[in-house]
Amino acid sequence: MSTVRRGKAKRPRTFVEARAMASSSSELGWWVFMRISGLLLIPLTFAHLWANNIAMDAGQIDFAYVVARLQQPGVRIFNSFLLLFAMLHGVNGLRYSIEDYVRRPGRRFALKMILYTVAGIIFVFGVMTLWAFSYEEMGNAVRALGSE
Amino acid sequence: MQITVKIKRFDPEADTRPRWVEYQLDVDPTERVLDVINHIKWELDGSLAFRRSCAHGICGSDAMLINGVNRLACKVLVQDLGNRITVEPIRGLEVKKDLIVDMEPFFDSYRAVLPYFINDEPPPPTERLQSPEERAVFDETTKCILCAACTTSCPVFWTNGSYVGPASIVNAHRFIFDSRDRGTLERLEVLNQSNGLWRCRTAYNCTEACPRDIPVTQAIEEVRRAMLFRG
Repeated sequence: MSTVRRGKAKRPRTFVEARAMASSSSELGWWVFMRISGLLLIPLTFAHLWANNIAMDAGQIDFAYVVARLQQPGVRIFNSFLLLFAMLHGVNGLRYSIEDYVRRPGRRFALKMILYTVAGIIFVFGVMTLWAFSYEEMGNAVRALGSE
Repeated sequence: MQITVKIKRFDPEADTRPRWVEYQLDVDPTERVLDVINHIKWELDGSLAFRRSCAHGICGSDAMLINGVNRLACKVLVQDLGNRITVEPIRGLEVKKDLIVDMEPFFDSYRAVLPYFINDEPPPPTERLQSPEERAVFDETTKCILCAACTTSCPVFWTNGSYVGPASIVNAHRFIFDSRDRGTLERLEVLNQSNGLWRCRTAYNCTEACPRDIPVTQAIEEVRRAMLFRG
């Protein structure tokens, strides 16, 4: 069967060698990523739930509170990690499901493209909200609306 | 003991789709499902087609979906199933007739992982020695009888027949973890594809289905780690 390839058979000695000698599939990397991000998402998610639902009085949430909160660098960094890991982990999980269960190549490709597009848009919005959103301008606009 | 056996039958020359046929018969509670099916074939309906050979859980011929679970018909007693028994062919492989499926795709995947000893080093003057500890590492996966109960219980395999399947990974594991073998890289290369090792979703159906009690999912996980850390 594969007698031709037998000749060059050599065992990889290090992780780097193993990666280089294995086929170019990225699935190994994704498999590792899913395990690490899955573990990280447990504390991230529960800390997020705690911070937003338990550590504060829900009746006090208003625009000023959200602005003040999202301007703290710590909150921004924390939420960025949450966004990144939740999006990549979730999207990759959906990709697994699509590849497992959608057998027609055309439909499969289309579904994956829709998934990546929607996920990309959500991700960009998330990053913009966290890092590039001008709360002062938005606040002024809201106040201007209210005073009319 | 009066029992009703419902068998999913398919005759490629007469049927366009499988049909259920019920048989009533009187059996001893300590008889096996294989005995029951033999009764049916020998005494009630000679046209029933199924595979069996050794009838002692070693040859792996008579894997069937019995009361919704993949098992060997020769290892299940009637008394453990009750008086209603349903028997279907194993899933995910094309049904040729009644309980006989086309095993060729299954064996193709098996052959793909090079399930034989590979070592191009010059043979030592005596044996290639192996310690009991080195042998124990792959002990479980030597037990596979290629009955296909695991692969055909895998939900990923049902929808994606090109998935290499748990049985092939188990048999790759048997050689990958053999200290005397040198073909690890070739096997990992075969398995490191999206339709190889990475298609497993750890549903554990294979582990539950295995009539030899091989911890199949654990073996798959060990091969994945070998892929990651093998130095």
